[in-house]
Amino acid sequence: MTIDQLMNWIPFGADWPALAFFAAVLVCALTVFLFIAVYALMAIYGEVKISSFMQDKVGPMGQGVGFHAGKWGLLQPVADAVKLILKEDIIPTLADKKLFIMAPFVVFIGAFISFAALPFNQHTVVSDLNIGIFYILAVGSLSVIGIILAGWGSNNKWSLYGGMRSAAQIVSYEIPAALSIITVIMLTGTLSMQGIIEFQKGTIWVILPNWIIFNNPFSFIAFFIFFISGVAECNRTPFDIPEAESELVAGAFTEYSGMRYAFFFLSEYAEMFVISAVATTAFLGGWNSPISGFFDGPGWGLFWFMGKSLFLVFVMLWFRWTFPRLRVDQLMSICWKVFLPFALVNIFGVAIWSLIIG
Amino acid sequence: MGIVHGDLMTLNIGPQHPSTHGVLRLKVKTDGEIIADVEPVIGYLHRCFEKHCENVTYDQVIPYTDRCDYIAAMNNNFGYAVAVEELMDLKVPERVEYIRVIVSELNRIASHLLALGTFGLDVGAFTPFLYMFRDRERILDLFEVLCGARLLYNYIWVGGLSHDFPNGFEEKIIDFLDYFEPQLDEYNNILTFNKIFIERTADVGVMPAEVAISYGVSGPNLRGSGVKWDLRKDDPYSIYDKFDFNIPVGTGTVGTIGDCWDRYYVRMLEMSESINIVRQAIKALPSGDVHQALPKKIRPPKGSVYKRTESPRGDLGYYIESDGSPIPYRLKMRSPAFTALSVMGEISSGWMMSDVLAILGSLDIVLGEIDR
Repeated sequence: MTIDQLMNWIPFGADWPALAFFAAVLVCALTVFLFIAVYALMAIYGEVKISSFMQDKVGPMGQGVGFHAGKWGLLQPVADAVKLILKEDIIPTLADKKLFIMAPFVVFIGAFISFAALPFNQHTVVSDLNIGIFYILAVGSLSVIGIILAGWGSNNKWSLYGGMRSAAQIVSYEIPAALSIITVIMLTGTLSMQGIIEFQKGTIWVILPNWIIFNNPFSFIAFFIFFISGVAECNRTPFDIPEAESELVAGAFTEYSGMRYAFFFLSEYAEMFVISAVATTAFLGGWNSPISGFFDGPGWGLFWFMGKSLFLVFVMLWFRWTFPRLRVDQLMSICWKVFLPFALVNIFGVAIWSLIIG
Repeated sequence: MGIVHGDLMTLNIGPQHPSTHGVLRLKVKTDGEIIADVEPVIGYLHRCFEKHCENVTYDQVIPYTDRCDYIAAMNNNFGYAVAVEELMDLKVPERVEYIRVIVSELNRIASHLLALGTFGLDVGAFTPFLYMFRDRERILDLFEVLCGARLLYNYIWVGGLSHDFPNGFEEKIIDFLDYFEPQLDEYNNILTFNKIFIERTADVGVMPAEVAISYGVSGPNLRGSGVKWDLRKDDPYSIYDKFDFNIPVGTGTVGTIGDCWDRYYVRMLEMSESINIVRQAIKALPSGDVHQALPKKIRPPKGSVYKRTESPRGDLGYYIESDGSPIPYRLKMRSPAFTALSVMGEISSGWMMSDVLAILGSLDIVLGEIDR
């Protein structure tokens, strides 16, 4: 479902190409938005349930008749969403009103437009850009601007702390993430998301699927650097210092309530999916089946892509409910003193590996 | 290159804040993330405990002591009862002494579980907190069976107890201990030896032994600094001299002696010592009537007494001045958490924003007792 196919399909496409383009973009945007909303509801449900299983409790449960949370608490996320929509929207008197209102949308846009380049299967990608993976890395950092705006605009010391922490954190962690992606690009020779996945077809080392994570030892390390940096970019525990509930109350989001807060929440979950999807695409073979030649095809492609991505999302939830939080200086020293040198060494390693083996 | 100093920003932590453990306000002067000065502001929970005590009879004071350190109410009852008994020169039956030790050691476990769980929460670990609360719940269930209350027991009375053990209660306690002992390993796995947890707490908020002693810090906080001081051993009250147990002290296993991790780990080790004491006490539990020595009217002779006991937070002292009437002339409580909080400013300047809350969590304060 690329934009071009949609444009061809629209009957007035030939006469008014600009109009057809906008119509196609609108259709894609709505689909992506619906996808994010449904996925976020599922992820929130998953989060409460998975955390419950990890913590020896049952989580939301409906019981008997009446207006409860439904069977196994399935309606809980719906109830949460309704609550957030109906909640009073408070803007502090002394806040910078324009920035305060703008911030949640800027954060959301960063996560939202990343979906444009995600290849869900062989055919389903909004736009298979020839610089797809750099596009995602670039627009992904838009959200940090939103968090800084929220931190500054709230006119609250806690928010400012959160905003400044997140600025430092996300900007730092983008570097090892991007450097790990460079190792992938060096192997595949393309920036297009579909191209990277095409490269990973077939098998390697006789039985293993030809995924980049298995390609060589350096790309194996690169995957972990990318994924952990990705967790840091989503502000998830153990890197959730911009929010840091027990320190900064709610960090940059302290003054937000109702739907504006929900947008931050939504974009956090959307960003988790984007990071997982990029990790899947770049390292785990995207929509390729783990057993080469079996379970191929668009339907299975969607299954594998979603399965791998959601598994990585699950790993992020797992982190959150297992680890304590790092301190801000430790976070920085891990980034600059561990990840960055390793990522740089990886680039040389992959270069030499390709020269000798490939 | 020198360090650039900007203007200090005053940040107000609390009284409403997720990790101030009650209604505490910290006036913090910060230079960016670095803390220049911390000044605790207390008194939000002041309920005139001591003044109240001057207007009620001796036995009516006990429910008030519950409400001081509401996390370890048994130990507060215990300390008060021991003090009044010394004032009256009252001898309580053997069985009462054993039951007092059993319930106060169980309460010590419950209190430490809360302390460690919320400390984990302060550094961002959510799951250990729930694990520990799950197990604390079982102790509260036991107490509910014992005296009907889950938090404020009013169980240990002057000269005796409000109730004897119900039938089969000893087996229930043994069942709990059998269940609980392996859980300590689980906590160690998920929290104590977690790399991130060690990073966050080792070498942080170091309280050297001299500082701790000069501020009058006591209990696990003092032992965390490597000082072997436990009233159960050093100034035995009740029947603590009959039990065989160790006093764990901080050894700087992963960092410096007296850091947050040591204070945490001392509590962890103390829980297994408490299990040990409860097991010994149940084995030796004599039979008898717990109401035997209950005085009809508590009217201590003229005089005064200061008696201190080891509560989960440290030396809990009661000073009671009696004028021979059924109402205390003056009652003063020495709060261990108060002294622990007073050292806060000394040990937390120079650390980072996140460390201040970790240090506060590691000191295990209860505002009900500080404000009284």
